[in-house]
Amino acid sequence: MSATTFQRPIATTRSVTGISTGKLAVWWILASEVVIFGGLLVYFMLMRLHHGAIWMAESQHTRMEAGAINTFVLLTSSLFAVLAHQAAESGDGKKAAKFLWYTIGGAIMFLCVKAWEWTGEISHGYVLTKNIFWGCYYCITGLHGVHVVAGAIIMGFVAKDAARGKDLQRVECIGIYWHFVDIIWLFLFPLFYTSTAG
Amino acid sequence: MEQFLQQASTYAADIDWLFWLITAIVGFWFFVAQGVFFGFLIKYRRKPGEKAGYVEGKSKEEKKWITIPHFLIILCDIVILVGAVKVWNRVKLDMPPADATIRVQARQWAWIFQHPGPDGKLDTSDDIRTTDELHLLNNTTYHFELTAKDVLHSFSIPVFRLKQDAVPGRTIRGWFKTQAVGEFDIQCAEMCGIGHGLMAAKLFIEREDAHASWMSTAPRAGTNPPLLASK
Amino acid sequence: MEATTSAPSAESHDSHGHHQEQSFVSKYLLSTDHKVIGMQYMFTGLAMAIIGGLLAYVFRMQLAYPGEPVPGYGVVTPNVYNSLVTMHGTIMIFWVAMPVLIAAFGNFLIPLMIGCDDMVFPRINRLSYQVFLLSTIILLASFFVPGGAFGGAWTSYPPLSAFPEYNLTPLGAPLWVVAVSLEFIAFLLGGINFITTLMNSRAKGMGMFDIPLVCWMIIIASILFMLSVGPLIAGAVLLLFDQTIGTHFYDANAGGDPLVWQHLFWFFGHPEVYVVLLPAMGIVADIIPVFARKKFFGYKLALFTVFGTGILSFVVWAHHQFVSGIDPRMSNLFTVTTLLISIPIAELCFLYIATLYRGSIEFSVPMLWALSFVASFLMGGVTGIHLGASGADIFFHDTYFVVAHFHYTFFPIAIIGVYAGITYWYPKIFGRHMNETVNKIHFWTTFIPFNLIFLPLFLLGLAGQHRRIYDFTNFPQLSGENLQHLRIVATTSLIIMLIAQIPFIINFFWSMFNGKKAEKNPWKANTLEWTVDSPPPHGNWPELPAVYRGPYEYSVPGRKDDYWPQNEPAK
Repeated sequence: MSATTFQRPIATTRSVTGISTGKLAVWWILASEVVIFGGLLVYFMLMRLHHGAIWMAESQHTRMEAGAINTFVLLTSSLFAVLAHQAAESGDGKKAAKFLWYTIGGAIMFLCVKAWEWTGEISHGYVLTKNIFWGCYYCITGLHGVHVVAGAIIMGFVAKDAARGKDLQRVECIGIYWHFVDIIWLFLFPLFYTSTAG
Repeated sequence: MEQFLQQASTYAADIDWLFWLITAIVGFWFFVAQGVFFGFLIKYRRKPGEKAGYVEGKSKEEKKWITIPHFLIILCDIVILVGAVKVWNRVKLDMPPADATIRVQARQWAWIFQHPGPDGKLDTSDDIRTTDELHLLNNTTYHFELTAKDVLHSFSIPVFRLKQDAVPGRTIRGWFKTQAVGEFDIQCAEMCGIGHGLMAAKLFIEREDAHASWMSTAPRAGTNPPLLASK
Repeated sequence: MEATTSAPSAESHDSHGHHQEQSFVSKYLLSTDHKVIGMQYMFTGLAMAIIGGLLAYVFRMQLAYPGEPVPGYGVVTPNVYNSLVTMHGTIMIFWVAMPVLIAAFGNFLIPLMIGCDDMVFPRINRLSYQVFLLSTIILLASFFVPGGAFGGAWTSYPPLSAFPEYNLTPLGAPLWVVAVSLEFIAFLLGGINFITTLMNSRAKGMGMFDIPLVCWMIIIASILFMLSVGPLIAGAVLLLFDQTIGTHFYDANAGGDPLVWQHLFWFFGHPEVYVVLLPAMGIVADIIPVFARKKFFGYKLALFTVFGTGILSFVVWAHHQFVSGIDPRMSNLFTVTTLLISIPIAELCFLYIATLYRGSIEFSVPMLWALSFVASFLMGGVTGIHLGASGADIFFHDTYFVVAHFHYTFFPIAIIGVYAGITYWYPKIFGRHMNETVNKIHFWTTFIPFNLIFLPLFLLGLAGQHRRIYDFTNFPQLSGENLQHLRIVATTSLIIMLIAQIPFIINFFWSMFNGKKAEKNPWKANTLEWTVDSPPPHGNWPELPAVYRGPYEYSVPGRKDDYWPQNEPAK
């Protein structure tokens, strides 16, 4: 995928608002993502209100430890993303790339824990089609997981370029996206993992 | 709308009245707007030697031609809203005491009705169950309990001006009072599959004697499962 | 697989004669140039319009002559009828109105009208078209799979749409969901480009209130789209799972709720109508000043009405669900907000009429289309009140009154607005003029039949005729002689209207090669796109312009010319 002959238009370099083009775009992307996840969350909350009994019973079978570990992992990875941004701001592409790879490492850890979680749950018969709780659970955490994967892949490309000193402004942009992925998780965690009745 | 469809329920006239109220108000504004519009097109068509004006629409003097109609329209909207809410509440929120209750179940692709039978009570042994045929007594207030078996349907009786979607898993209640004798159409008003266009049922509004005679010979519900939604 | 673009990245380009020779593929199929991408969307959208129109021909023939084989098609069975109306609606909204009004005109015009050389993310722009093309192919493929295309109406309500045992289109239904979802993704990608470009890449001197209204409208439409489509994407994922892997999100018998789909759908569905309306109104807003030689009346007021409409559009959605089984008290709330939203749009129409005051009106072809938009949309708008008033909607819901109302809004949007834009910007896009006489005939032979199709449908609605019924002879009371006459009038008018498009299509393609060559500014308009060559070269200007005034300075007192281009320095 060589970009040898594509030339960035002048349009991309302008900034009437004072905010860089890439950053502006990322905020708009996040706005639409918020509404996508918001829609799912609203559906989930409505179902929870209507089916409180099922929720209480089923949510006891999600692994709170896994959820807690993943929360810690994601928050730490966000910290690395911040450090990457700091490095990029000071022009140190190699350092920025290093921190971005740590962030990606966090993503991989998150996905491994999730894989372990899901394997356990599926082998116990808690599958997507079991009832409305599990349907919602897999759907929302799955969609979140897809965003983690996509974010990690894009982050890899940004890191590769940053290590060569290229397009350092993108480090901040992918960082903003990563924080969003984090924040979504911070909603999911209490809703699915800590809502046990005891 | 009486020219097209008879008013066979007591609230049909209310809905028709609301239609005329809205039509009169919006019709007025429609003709005023079109009139000014076409007037300008004729008056200000291009004539050689005449230049257009420079009107920005910034000053209050200029904007008043927009803001005054704006406020008048708000007033008209309020009038329409009052009418709309009144009619809506009458049809959908009120539940005047019923002389009888019927149950309606919509399914792909038929209407099943359960009548209370001669004793006037549902869920007794003389209940009547019919398919695609609803028999009602004239000048009588009915409650209906509506559900669907499979997909969304909608219980529509144009001569009543009534419509209510039927939702599987729910029982939705409503009412009407009959006021005209005759044979009328019931339609399904929500896309429900390939038989949607075939889901016609017949409504018979009858006088005492005809209704009693129908009740004595109509098929009984017997040991059929009840029509209510599983809740 | 990269498109070759050889524009150097300095603030000015050298002569555009220095491009390397590009192959057909890289110049037209894989280009990242906003103008080419705009045309890709335009041609795809117009092709889909022909398909959508032909679908209407088939089902209207069935309605006029029930049971008779339709010439060119054959007998229409009930399930085919349902698929025809479903796909007609789906195609017209998502594959005609949106791609042509937003993606085609937006892509072509925005960089030109704000004075820059391309969109800010040209490769994402190209990607958005590719995703859109994929969605188009998937949708068309659904016609040919076993079971046929989805037939559960464009609103796709579950449980019908969710379970193949109900809808009998086990492949068509999920393909429809996938196609629509991909189309949404394409427009999300495109929207980011448009919004970011407008915010950041404007020419020097172009303040917020110097932007042409069509650009504002397309951007606000993109924002509305982005903020409203999310819940529906979520709902579509759930629907797809119900359709394919056995979940029960919308199955009332297993803990789901069919009504949630309706809320998710209409939360998007209502803003969506403004998403398509605003660009069309923008096109009209930019044409009227040019051919009336008059400044747009109340530019800032227009923006306020559009912002107000945009915000209100998020709180009216359940007027599509008055009788659906929602809590009846909610209906009163939504009828209030719905009637309120009619006010800003009415005001915007009044601003258009006010712009004509003291004008010097030339009835050119674009102006004919723009004016007919206003006249027709007024009809669509006022009949919306009948439907927005909850008490009246009890009767009108799901009748032909609704169909007539939304065609009196959508036809102006998707057909009249598009023709206005095409006839106005054609000289710029293709560098040649269309034959004006043919276009004038085309206008009248489209506009008059349009009214004769849909006015009868209002009457059918008053008579209680329901939508999506393939054969009214099942309802003897309602399929009386007089009403069948109305159906035949509507169908005959449609056939005339479809035939009338043929001369336009021929004119469109013939003029590309044989039309009179167009100069830079044939309409003597002010906006920046009229200062580049017709057609514009890659990079648009040798040197990007600066702006000195707003877009509508026509007939300024004391000036010799009755127009004043935005990029002309003040004396």
